[in-house]
Amino acid sequence: MAKSKETVTRTVIVALVLSVFFSVIVSTAAVTLKPLQVKNQNLNIKTNILAAADMLPQAASPQEIEEAFARFEVKLVNLKTGEYVDPDYVGVQDPMKYDMYKAASNPELSTDIPADQDQAGIGRRPDVAKVYILRENGELQKVVLPIHGYGLWSTLYGFVSLKGDANTIEGLGFYQHAETPGLGGEVDNPRWKAQWEGKVVYGENMTEPQIKLVKGGVNENTRNKEHKIDALSGATLTSRGVENLVDYWLGDRGYAQYLKNLRQGEV
Amino acid sequence: MATTSAKQVLFEPIFSNNPIALQILGICSALAVTSSLNVTIVMCISVIAVTAFSNLAVSLIRSQIPGSIRIIVQMTIIASLVIVVDQLLKAYAYEISKQLSVFVGLIITNCIVMGRAEGFAMQNGPWLSFLDGVGNGLGYSVLLLFVGFWRELFGSGSLFGYTILSPVNEGGWYVTNGLLLLPPSAFFIIGLSIWALRTWKPEQVEEPDYKLSAHKAREAF
Repeated sequence: MAKSKETVTRTVIVALVLSVFFSVIVSTAAVTLKPLQVKNQNLNIKTNILAAADMLPQAASPQEIEEAFARFEVKLVNLKTGEYVDPDYVGVQDPMKYDMYKAASNPELSTDIPADQDQAGIGRRPDVAKVYILRENGELQKVVLPIHGYGLWSTLYGFVSLKGDANTIEGLGFYQHAETPGLGGEVDNPRWKAQWEGKVVYGENMTEPQIKLVKGGVNENTRNKEHKIDALSGATLTSRGVENLVDYWLGDRGYAQYLKNLRQGEV
Repeated sequence: MATTSAKQVLFEPIFSNNPIALQILGICSALAVTSSLNVTIVMCISVIAVTAFSNLAVSLIRSQIPGSIRIIVQMTIIASLVIVVDQLLKAYAYEISKQLSVFVGLIITNCIVMGRAEGFAMQNGPWLSFLDGVGNGLGYSVLLLFVGFWRELFGSGSLFGYTILSPVNEGGWYVTNGLLLLPPSAFFIIGLSIWALRTWKPEQVEEPDYKLSAHKAREAF
């Protein structure tokens, strides 16, 4: 008995049986829990859209979040022209179902970004983005734009919300990243995020985004303080990543054309 | 070893043979997940569950595991359990699983789990092994909660998210200690608690590896 379990056949059989048994367990768990996880993720994304737009009620229940979110219109935007497209264009019925991050890996729905223009470090950019807009009596109140880009360890996924002038930031937040907890992970810190409110994206000429993350803090006397945000201490690379991705997405290859159309009331 | 009773197996790892304080295992996660108690508790429960069930599973099949692949067999069991725990957290405790992020996955590399599977479950029956897993998980939890208590109380002025000392930046009086929010601060607390524990139980003090000999030559003068 003691000797017999050391044979090669025995080893292979034990390894096989064990692998099959545990793959069944793991896949069962993954498959049965998937719907709940997807529901959590969707709710999380809606919560983050509301949080970026400063519309999240205190200690909101899932139902309150759904209700608050229902006030937003979900639109698909062709980034090149800055105009809305039909959901059919990307092969979906409901714009909410469109996944722009999945589309980024589909050659028909995305564009390769040349390395020298790829500040955000994302490789490919979807041609069509999913944006969330809030209008009251036909007047644009808020527009929430998804943004993503590379920090230090991971791609940060988040939202930036602009006010009705499509130039002033309402809020910014990331819902997925794996930056160092306590350092780069502080992008989630509410106090740090609060700085973004009221910052102005574009300068006088309204073309290039001017947002900069700077060292040493931003106070009353800082030059161009309306464009500057205090970078995260001990997280230079994450801060640089955030600056680059905001620059990229609010620039020409991102939402600049769309925002211009919004300001001129053309969409 | 032969006469280990269930009670001993369950309670010894809490103070007499604490996996963190005496065996100095599992320090990585003890630094990472102790800045707020809510997160700490979920991590503790996850580790208890994984250690207990991996011990149970390893012990159940211990007479079938060929010696040549025993480590990889233990790893497979532990890794599968960790994935299941991670999936469960994502489904039922989404917010906390987001805060724990990679550290749930890193339970796989927590030396306590592997150490108990190899060191205890391979030689003992399923029931005892299960209790040993729970016991070691509890030992880990006691120390983590202790560390988390001080870090959250003085780092953010709260316990389990409830404000105890109202912090300055929310209009209160307490200036929070930023160091305690950073992982290295746990080293101080773990170090101090090991000191306290060894003062209480001097038999845990290790023999020094070498002794400084008395200074004899006077060449410096």
